[in-house]
Amino acid sequence: METQPKLPWRDKLGLILRCLQGNIQFMIATVLCSCGGMLFHSFTPQVIGFTVDSVLDSKAPDLPAVLLNLLPVDRMRENPAGALWTAAAAVLVLELLYCILAYFGRVTMAKASEGFMRKLRNTLYAHIEHLPFAWHTAHSTGDVIQRCTSDVEVIRQFVCHNFTEVVRTLFLIVLYLTLMLQKNLAVSWVCILFMPIVGLSSGLFYRGIGSRFEAADRAEGELTACAQENFTGVRVVRAFGREAFEVERFNQKNERFSNLWIKLGNLLSVYWASGTLLTALQVMAVIIAGTVQCVSGNLTVGGFTILVTYGSGLAWPVRSLGRVLSDMSKAGVSLDRVGAILNAPEEQDDPEAQDMALQGDIVFQNVSFGYGSQKVLEDVSFTIPAGSTFAILGGTGSGKSTLVHLLDRLYDLSEGQGSITIGGTDIRKIRRKCLRRQVGLVLQEPFLFSKSIRDNIAATRPEAAKEELRSAAVAAAVDEAIADLPQGYDTVVGERGVTLSGGQKQRVAIARMLLQNTPIMVFDDSLSAVDAETDAKIRSALQDRVKGATVILISHRVNTLMQADRILVLDSGKVSDIGTHAELISRPGIYRDIYDIQMSADDRRLLEEGGEA
Amino acid sequence: MEEQEYTKAFDITIWKRLIPILKVYKGAFAGMIVFNSLTAVMDILIPLFQGYAIRAFITKDTLQGLVPFIVAYVIVLLIQFGCVTAFGRNSMFIEMNFGRDMRRDLFHHLQNLSFSYYNVTPVGFILSRVMNDTNRIAGMIAWQVPDILWALVYVGGTFLAMLLLNWKLAILVLLVVPAIAILTWKFQDKILHWNRIVRRTNSRLTGAFNEGITGAKTIKTLSTEERSTADFESLTGEMYHAAVKAERLNAVFIPMVLFASSLAVAIVLLRGGYMVLDQALEIATLSVFCTYAVGIFEPIQMTASSIAEFISLQASIERVTGLLDEVPTVIDTPAVIEKYGDAFHPKRENWEPIRGEIEFRDVTFRYPDGGENVLEHFNLKIPAGTTVAIVGETGAGKSTLVNLACRFFEPTEGQILVDGRDYRERSQLWLHSNIGYVLQNPHLFSGSIRDNIRYGRLDATEEEIMAAAKAVSADLVAAKLDQGWDSDVGEEGDRLSTGEKQLISFARAVLADPRIFVLDEATSSIDTQTEQYIQNAIDHLLRDRTSFLIAHRLSTIRKADLILVVRDGKIVERGTHLELLRKRGYYHDLYTKQFAEESAARVLGN
Repeated sequence: METQPKLPWRDKLGLILRCLQGNIQFMIATVLCSCGGMLFHSFTPQVIGFTVDSVLDSKAPDLPAVLLNLLPVDRMRENPAGALWTAAAAVLVLELLYCILAYFGRVTMAKASEGFMRKLRNTLYAHIEHLPFAWHTAHSTGDVIQRCTSDVEVIRQFVCHNFTEVVRTLFLIVLYLTLMLQKNLAVSWVCILFMPIVGLSSGLFYRGIGSRFEAADRAEGELTACAQENFTGVRVVRAFGREAFEVERFNQKNERFSNLWIKLGNLLSVYWASGTLLTALQVMAVIIAGTVQCVSGNLTVGGFTILVTYGSGLAWPVRSLGRVLSDMSKAGVSLDRVGAILNAPEEQDDPEAQDMALQGDIVFQNVSFGYGSQKVLEDVSFTIPAGSTFAILGGTGSGKSTLVHLLDRLYDLSEGQGSITIGGTDIRKIRRKCLRRQVGLVLQEPFLFSKSIRDNIAATRPEAAKEELRSAAVAAAVDEAIADLPQGYDTVVGERGVTLSGGQKQRVAIARMLLQNTPIMVFDDSLSAVDAETDAKIRSALQDRVKGATVILISHRVNTLMQADRILVLDSGKVSDIGTHAELISRPGIYRDIYDIQMSADDRRLLEEGGEA
Repeated sequence: MEEQEYTKAFDITIWKRLIPILKVYKGAFAGMIVFNSLTAVMDILIPLFQGYAIRAFITKDTLQGLVPFIVAYVIVLLIQFGCVTAFGRNSMFIEMNFGRDMRRDLFHHLQNLSFSYYNVTPVGFILSRVMNDTNRIAGMIAWQVPDILWALVYVGGTFLAMLLLNWKLAILVLLVVPAIAILTWKFQDKILHWNRIVRRTNSRLTGAFNEGITGAKTIKTLSTEERSTADFESLTGEMYHAAVKAERLNAVFIPMVLFASSLAVAIVLLRGGYMVLDQALEIATLSVFCTYAVGIFEPIQMTASSIAEFISLQASIERVTGLLDEVPTVIDTPAVIEKYGDAFHPKRENWEPIRGEIEFRDVTFRYPDGGENVLEHFNLKIPAGTTVAIVGETGAGKSTLVNLACRFFEPTEGQILVDGRDYRERSQLWLHSNIGYVLQNPHLFSGSIRDNIRYGRLDATEEEIMAAAKAVSADLVAAKLDQGWDSDVGEEGDRLSTGEKQLISFARAVLADPRIFVLDEATSSIDTQTEQYIQNAIDHLLRDRTSFLIAHRLSTIRKADLILVVRDGKIVERGTHLELLRKRGYYHDLYTKQFAEESAARVLGN
């Protein structure tokens, strides 16, 4: 795994606070509700203790000041029978309040936590959509998705659940200890002494066992990968008759994974049991200390009951606090990973950039460009007159796609790399959105969204009329094919059983661009998967539709290229030749060579003889 | 990916399917019952010490007997410690072994399932059955069952203790229990329902992330970032509402149960208090009783939730058993297995050597999931050593013939003969052991380069592996990497380029030295140098073998003795290259187009 740059804690906090915006009141409400609820809940044993001790028995009332004021203590002691009703009612009222607060606490917690998630996910998604194309090519999809799902979940756990749990537990400890200390100092100290032992043992255990968890997780990962490879590679497995070998391999990993967990289970069960033992010992210590205190006359029976109740109430939260604190350290890594995405700078338009209609010639002036150290274009200059059809011929790696990327500003030229202007305006001075809206682009392997075909075609113009949509599809020669699908235009792309062929996808993408109706249209080798007949059909339909638009065609087929007003031949990032079809075939060069092979009658004969060209 | 939802009512027959696998762990289950019952009993005993302390020391105002009291207390705690430890180990043992057995059975079964299954089932579905569902079933059985068991013993035991202490008070507490049970039952359905919606929305969210990232280039060029972000936000909005709704149900349910239990406490206090006033009850007893009354409700509520969740396990069991019930469509007859053995116990001594002559005799075929015949009364005799190229557009159905010849599918009607005998008269493994297969997107397994080549023949020596690699220039791939032959190729070979993967898979096929060779040629562009290596490798492999080439490149197509042209799933033309060109039909069309592409590419230097 790559090393993850660490995010300064200030940025981590900033990221959390940004996503908590608008949800912070829910967080506060959650903490208040749960603390308030606990306060009421903690009064219940007080009331019971008071009733047993001071009403049924005759000991002096020993209640916190709040309850002394709320309960009619004297009247209750005078009339024990009536007091029982009062006490029962008090218990119910306290618990009802507790339940109501518990309800609100849970709901506000859900709102805080889900609101936080919504904000974080939305921020991430919008940010990713606005990151430069270079960022996308540099990051693997799987890793980014992992960050957007698993890591985001860990952060949520940390911010919303762990954090409130810690606050709540601390409050609980303070509350219970205050109440206990009021009752009896000695017993309270016994309890306090246990707390670090219980908390630390749990935290340390989780820290210590971490590497074993990781080993078991890795073993599970390997097992999953082994199964997945087998299922995706089923053809290879069968074709080589390796079923037995595969089963053997899977069983080995299966065995290893299971055994690692069984070993881990042995440790975990000791941990659980020792947890139970420690907390039970804490309660026992409180009971014994309480008994001694009672017998020496420093404590009442009611006080004893209360101390035991609070003492046991403290045991488990303290224990889970240890685990939670050790869990929280994991969140730091996730914050680093998510923060790395959010810290990547978005595409920024020049402050002076403006919106404008794209009119006029497209001029590439001394354009040189490369990715990293690899040079792709070297000093490329040419002009595409407005309204003309311009073709580009070039091999793989000749830089033809880069020309398109630059024109659409998927990459930007820096100073000294030349310039691209449209109608005299440097495209870096045009807002990207404005530019891209006016440059239609069909890629060789177009991407369709898993929406209906209708929505795909209407991606840029959801309001387009049905007729318009269909006429675009007709021009792209895909209307019939769509109509043949069981759900026609409502067919969802990529759903089970519905697969469009490469050619169909290209044509849907062409329809999508036609509907966009842009003044500049680029076909990046986008008829490669379409047969010759359809190719011709589409081209003639296009000629009718794209009147006035500037069209850029990238292709290997002379048939296609020769329709253009001018043809650029690109070779290893340099302009090899440029001119009309007639000019290019009149002089020796790459274009004429290709033309000769593809078009000449001699070669037709050669073709039929099946010989090498 | 969305999983099918099962909403069927409780069905005991589904659960019975687990019994045979569970029977293996009889002993462990007995242990589970013993340890959990003991733990529960200890949990009941422990609060009694508090009451005893009040009765024996505090009210009598003496510390006499405190030491034996402590000793007894510690002993009980230690027994509890032992029980919890044993229970934890035992449950983990059951979970992991049971899960392992289910995974083993599923995986084994999957090795026998036919391609008709793999073709219509996404890998994610299979994987989630083999990994997630088995984990879930094993986990629930190992941990939920003892939880429920513990709760039953604990609640039952506590009631017994309460009844013994004072039966009148105990009956009062009992009144609240049915209310909680009903409440749980009513709520759990709704909670499960909403949880399911939350899960589904969550997987849609992951899908949306995926699309937003893989489609980023298109979104940019279409300049639809705002719309795509708005779509995403409406999905996160849905998620928000579903999740809050699900939690709101919980937020109503849990406090209601809590309140019901405090009702019981209030009743005990009231009634018990009166009884104390009437001298019918000791104060200490009331105190213990209150503790019991408070402590009993959490287990009841948890058990109710556990049971409801446990029942939802039915869906997972159904998915697992559904996969186990899937019947392979290509199977060897018992007689064949008798003679040739099955995939796991081959009887190689009975295997006849293969020459590689393949004949399609009056074959009609339709895919199990398709309605239309893709082959009708098809006849073709392929003498041993012949190279057959299959050409056509992407998605035209070029792999059908290969699928049939390799017996990944069997003819719907008619027969396919290998060396003059219907191939169904011999085992699948016999045929498959004689096939070498190189895929368009070559599939490698994680592991070293050496291991991947060895996959072709498991008992090959180091020298043989090297020789095979050298024959197809795959040694150059190894030479380029830091650790040479031991370099890990990554998951599914993703550390290598497509061209490199292809060379490795050629070496694998060479090592297998099959009589029948199948090549699904890559369409993606590969650099010139590697392309040259690949062409040489293909030449090497075609020699003296019956070969099927799903071909995209003219150079490959020209090598064929026979060309079959596929369009819309059907074979529309067949013949040699020259015959087909003269026909000026569909092949001519395809050829010209391909020729234009390749000639341009060649002139342009790649």
